[in-house]
Amino acid sequence: MGAATEKLPLISCGITTCEGCAMELIGRVTLDVLGPKTIILTPPSCSAIITGYGRETGWRVPAFQSNLENIAAYCSGIRVALEVQGKDDVHVVAFAGDGGTVDIGLQALSGAIEREHKFIYICYDNEAYMNTGIQRSGATPLGAWTTTTPAGKKESKKDIVAMLRAQGIPYLATASAGYIDDFRRKVERAKDVDGPVYIHVLTPCATGWRFPPKETVNIARMAVDTGLWPLYEVVDGRLKITRKVKTLKPVTDYVQCQGRFRSIFADQIAQLEKGAEKLYQELLAEEEKA
Amino acid sequence: MPQIKALDGNWAVAEGVRLAGPKVVAAYPITPQTPIVERVADFIADGSLPGARYIAVESEHSALSAVVGAALVGTRVFTATAGAGLALMHEVVGVASGNRLPIVMAVANRALPSPWSLQVDHSDSMAERDMGWIQLYAENCQEALDLVLLGYRLAEEVRLPVMLCLDGFYVSHSTEVVSVPDAKEVAAFLPAYEPGPVCLDPDCPLTINQLTSAGTFTEIKYQHKQALDQALELLPYLGEEFGTHFGRPYAPIQAENCAGADVVLVSLGSSAGTARQVAKELREKGQQVGTLKVTSFRPFPKQAVQTALKDAKSVAVIDRSWGLGSEGPLSLEVKAALYTLPKRPLVTSYVAGLGGRDLSSDTLSKVVETTMELKSQGRSEFEPIWIDVKEGEVD
Repeated sequence: MGAATEKLPLISCGITTCEGCAMELIGRVTLDVLGPKTIILTPPSCSAIITGYGRETGWRVPAFQSNLENIAAYCSGIRVALEVQGKDDVHVVAFAGDGGTVDIGLQALSGAIEREHKFIYICYDNEAYMNTGIQRSGATPLGAWTTTTPAGKKESKKDIVAMLRAQGIPYLATASAGYIDDFRRKVERAKDVDGPVYIHVLTPCATGWRFPPKETVNIARMAVDTGLWPLYEVVDGRLKITRKVKTLKPVTDYVQCQGRFRSIFADQIAQLEKGAEKLYQELLAEEEKA
Repeated sequence: MPQIKALDGNWAVAEGVRLAGPKVVAAYPITPQTPIVERVADFIADGSLPGARYIAVESEHSALSAVVGAALVGTRVFTATAGAGLALMHEVVGVASGNRLPIVMAVANRALPSPWSLQVDHSDSMAERDMGWIQLYAENCQEALDLVLLGYRLAEEVRLPVMLCLDGFYVSHSTEVVSVPDAKEVAAFLPAYEPGPVCLDPDCPLTINQLTSAGTFTEIKYQHKQALDQALELLPYLGEEFGTHFGRPYAPIQAENCAGADVVLVSLGSSAGTARQVAKELREKGQQVGTLKVTSFRPFPKQAVQTALKDAKSVAVIDRSWGLGSEGPLSLEVKAALYTLPKRPLVTSYVAGLGGRDLSSDTLSKVVETTMELKSQGRSEFEPIWIDVKEGEVD
């Protein structure tokens, strides 16, 4: 008994992610749910820190570092080859950031979903290219500072979730590093889906969003509570909000505690708030209808 | 018993693929390669490739990525592309070879843009020549089929991917008589697939392809170089073995009448056949013309080329690619191979047959004539000669 039978974490301790990293938390929970029969892929991104450097790796499961734009295509090939070999008890997971998903990785992702390949795509969204040092991505929100939007982003966040929903995917969900039980349940659900799964997790980044590392979970919760990042899942087209918010909190509360929004304009905050309110009402109406 | 069939180069490749029996094929359509993967898709659909799956991906980039993924979990795989499709794959071309995956990919050679062309030159595959793949060039439809089988055997022996190049249209769409080997004979030459040590397997977890430091990158690349050296050593033996099974031996080069020749025509792909015919006719008229066909451009058989050409008086290298800013890659290789000889033949570099222009017997006769003229002056041309350029149409 003792150490030998103890369940070892599938990501080792001492990973060199930034202090307060939500991506690492999401990676740990993902493997905790899926278990050792998992092949995981990471693109060159923050999650590549777990994949490691030289002879060191953080994974206790088979892992492959993809290119930035083709992680889903590698997943397609891996899944089909596993099926050819009759290995049907292995999860294939893409663990990619927002840039590798909504920007450069979109084509491969869309293709693999259209081909209905069974794989779990987890997008950890820290709303910029953080690993290269905080550059704007399509997922960066309106008004946010990055090193390539020094005066704040003038455009809205790309709605990748709506895009992928429109493709028709058997299981799609949003999640937040602030509500881990909700995320855990969604990964649990993803295990049994016979087809592509897309889970988009908001993972606040202390380094890039400019907040104290201890606030990661609070900020992730605030995104949900303000309606900026509603939590829901869509199972075979039917939508369910997985965390109801009675009264949406003011967006000002959310932007005020992050340095990246220090030069956001009042009308941009109003626009974010209006958008959040509208989205939440639409989701409620759709859930009602279902 | 082998079957004699009338096949074009694309269908010949597809027959080779059927006989090799890959389990995962991923491809994207592009002229002039498309009939290869259409035919392979038929074979999978009608059960001629039992247990195989076809992934109709959304781009060539994803085609190569998907076969890399499938190879990483231990299956024999195939893909095909051409021209701009190969250029789009470029980043993954290095991933396939760097991870030592024995992928076979047919390339129906097509000129890269711009301007757009549907037709052959070798600018597409030459752009990938230093990416650590084995590159074999087929002269005709029979070679296109044979080199698929030889390609898989070589790829799996040394754990490197093979690019099988066939000239767009001149081989890909030309119908010839092809001997299609018997499946049992193929099984005797090409054993069942054995996954390599680089494998994604939950029972033996490995992290593959992660970031490396300057402390190890060189050594990994050196091992890659050694694998290509090994491929060059092995190819003559495997080519002989192929001959004992199927009656058609292969070698990295095919040199004919080179010793003492006034001119040796060196070429790749379909033009090698034309060169042989031109040389034959000129020899009948009393001229000493030899030929050297390069089948394995990567690894480049430097020593064999040096040995074959050392006693020739002059050499004309025909590049079916641009070599812009310098000269054609085949010419550079041949010159480098001859450099260590104390007494070297004269070498002149020619560029011809671009974007589908016929590399005709007239063009090659002109190459011989020009090289002979230079030889009579005791010299070669320092700059490449664009032998088939229409003088009146350029300023």
